[in-house]
Amino acid sequence: MRRAFPRGLVAAAAASALVLSACGNSDDNGGGGDSGGSQPASVKLGFMGDLTGENSGIVIPPKNGAQMAIDEYNATNPATKIELKTYDSQGVPEQATALAQQALNTDKIVGLIGPAFSGESQQVGPILEEGEIPSISASATNATLAEKGWKYWHRILPGDRIQGTGIGEFISRAFTAKKVFVIHDNQDYSKGIADFVTAALKDKGVTVETDVIDPKASDYSSTVNKVKPANADAIFYGGYYAQAGPLLKQLREAGVKTRFLSGDGSLDAGLAKGAGGTNADGAVVGCPCLVDPTGVSNEASKKFSEAYKAKYKTAPAIYSAEGYDAASAFIAAIKAGKTTPKDINTFLSTLDQPGVTKQIKFGPNGEPAGGDVFVYLFKGPNYTLLGNSKDAKVG
Amino acid sequence: MFSNFVNQFWPATVDGLSLGAIYALVALGYTMVYGVLRLINFAHSEIFMIGTVAALFTVTKIGVSAPLAGFSLLGMLVLLAVVSAVVSGGAAVVLEYVAYRPLRRRGASRLAALISAIGASLFLQQLFALTVIPRLFDRPQEGGRLPVQSPNWVERSDAISIGDFVVRNDKLLIVIAAVLMMLGLDQFVRRTKLGRGIRATAQDPETAVLMGVNIDRIVTATFAIGGAMAGVAAALYLMRFESTNYFVGFLLGIKAFTAAVLGGIGNLRGALVGGFLLGLIELYGSVLFGSEWRDVVAFSVLVLVLMFRPSGILGESLQRARA
Repeated sequence: MRRAFPRGLVAAAAASALVLSACGNSDDNGGGGDSGGSQPASVKLGFMGDLTGENSGIVIPPKNGAQMAIDEYNATNPATKIELKTYDSQGVPEQATALAQQALNTDKIVGLIGPAFSGESQQVGPILEEGEIPSISASATNATLAEKGWKYWHRILPGDRIQGTGIGEFISRAFTAKKVFVIHDNQDYSKGIADFVTAALKDKGVTVETDVIDPKASDYSSTVNKVKPANADAIFYGGYYAQAGPLLKQLREAGVKTRFLSGDGSLDAGLAKGAGGTNADGAVVGCPCLVDPTGVSNEASKKFSEAYKAKYKTAPAIYSAEGYDAASAFIAAIKAGKTTPKDINTFLSTLDQPGVTKQIKFGPNGEPAGGDVFVYLFKGPNYTLLGNSKDAKVG
Repeated sequence: MFSNFVNQFWPATVDGLSLGAIYALVALGYTMVYGVLRLINFAHSEIFMIGTVAALFTVTKIGVSAPLAGFSLLGMLVLLAVVSAVVSGGAAVVLEYVAYRPLRRRGASRLAALISAIGASLFLQQLFALTVIPRLFDRPQEGGRLPVQSPNWVERSDAISIGDFVVRNDKLLIVIAAVLMMLGLDQFVRRTKLGRGIRATAQDPETAVLMGVNIDRIVTATFAIGGAMAGVAAALYLMRFESTNYFVGFLLGIKAFTAAVLGGIGNLRGALVGGFLLGLIELYGSVLFGSEWRDVVAFSVLVLVLMFRPSGILGESLQRARA
């Protein structure tokens, strides 16, 4: 199979071509923040994530949320205004590290919202740690990020361990499941969350069967053939909606009617689109994030949704409220007169104020203090909030 | 493990054959071009991808309101197969004109043509991801890197159902279509004048020229036929999965190429045998060892076969096919 080797090169070349073609294009407003004096007239916050790439659909909403919080704050004519600088990492870790250096050394940001994804967070974390710049991510949920001992790193939503455990317990409670079929696609995130769900299910005495799909392939028939005779009470898929949709389609077409569940990677209208027809109806997806465009869960969420819709002419989407809360945490620090990165970081560790999605309060490892997981039900082309995984019921 | 194998044997067999049928049709393109030019046309996977896009575009434009069954399904499938065969065949001919013919004229080495093939493959993938798919399907927001879905146009029902042995209509159609195309192509190469020209060129290009065979026309025909087969495969693929993306040819292309080598590259019947065999090995392998071992099992079998039969299972090549 010597001849097949060049195909490997193709993949490598494709990857490097992507990296090359994706040069950073953070918008330069050329604003010079005065840094003299005890109370500067303006400071810069950064927002880093995939703003133009493949997954920008789940990064633009938190960016909009953060921008909204900052605009609201600036409109009150405070002593220190905030300028939000965006860094488009395209989710590529190598690009993210270069942009982080730029943010630190050239732009002199006092805090960073992001990086959006876990992979880039792994690489950018040490740089921010060394530069002593506080960061709050609105969407990076990998469990290991909280275990690095970083002093300047925070996230506004709980990690995959909490999410996976929450979903696992939900499955055993809401569906009184005795047997669950867990599928994942072997990517870092997917396997991680599938493992946490499996562990939680086994804790509750549920039997678990597993299979793995190849995210690059389109034929999942071997997995479907295994699920069919298993007669499970529920299926959990760990992974992203780009694969979850076709998998669900193939399961339903093979006559498997078992309840389908997934995690935050699949919380997108793309799941229903990929599954086709009404195949996604009844699918339940868990997420540590609160997506509540109609504002049914609480008053703050309702107010936020209305303001967001008025500003962006579209309903809040995944992580937009988290982006808003992350920015609010920084704003609270700056309001309190903390304008250096170090002071802000110290302030964040003592912060305890209500936000849109939860009480904003960080533990010593940077994880949020509250660990709620929400569940969503798919119906038609989109999903709606069912409630907290601890007490939500599926009709 | 073996009890699994027993109770999943029939579903795995059916799925293996229907997957293998698509491999086989794509493998024909690799094998024909190799037989005639001794060139591995790595951009063939993109010819398949173009076919799926053409079929998806057609079915979207026609606007199917409810899933089709019976003869209307068959009619739609034939229509899509014709459209994507024409588009893919045309694309393959253009590819040959742009990427290979200039090199061939200047007597470039085969390695240069191989690099040109890889370049064309990358170029086509990115072209579709960046402009063609977003424009064709009007997706400025999502872009061209996410999968595109067709409306639900296939009504899936069981065509055959004898105890454990259940075959769904779409899977049955795929296998029948692939075997028919294969038989037709085989007869074409054996019996027609153009087919004789193809065989002659494969055997000895110089003597073929002396005998009055127009080599350029033969090469064009080879690419067109190989591309058309990939187009038919693309229509069948779309019927099965109702979705495509710019990257769809990549893994499938590798598998089809593997099927061609397994059956004996340069051999038309070998492509069919190799395709079906590879599909079956993949599915049986996943039943026995778990789906994550699917490719490991498939490629291990390939290595084993090549160890004992270096020229593939059927070995005999296009040039020696008897008239």
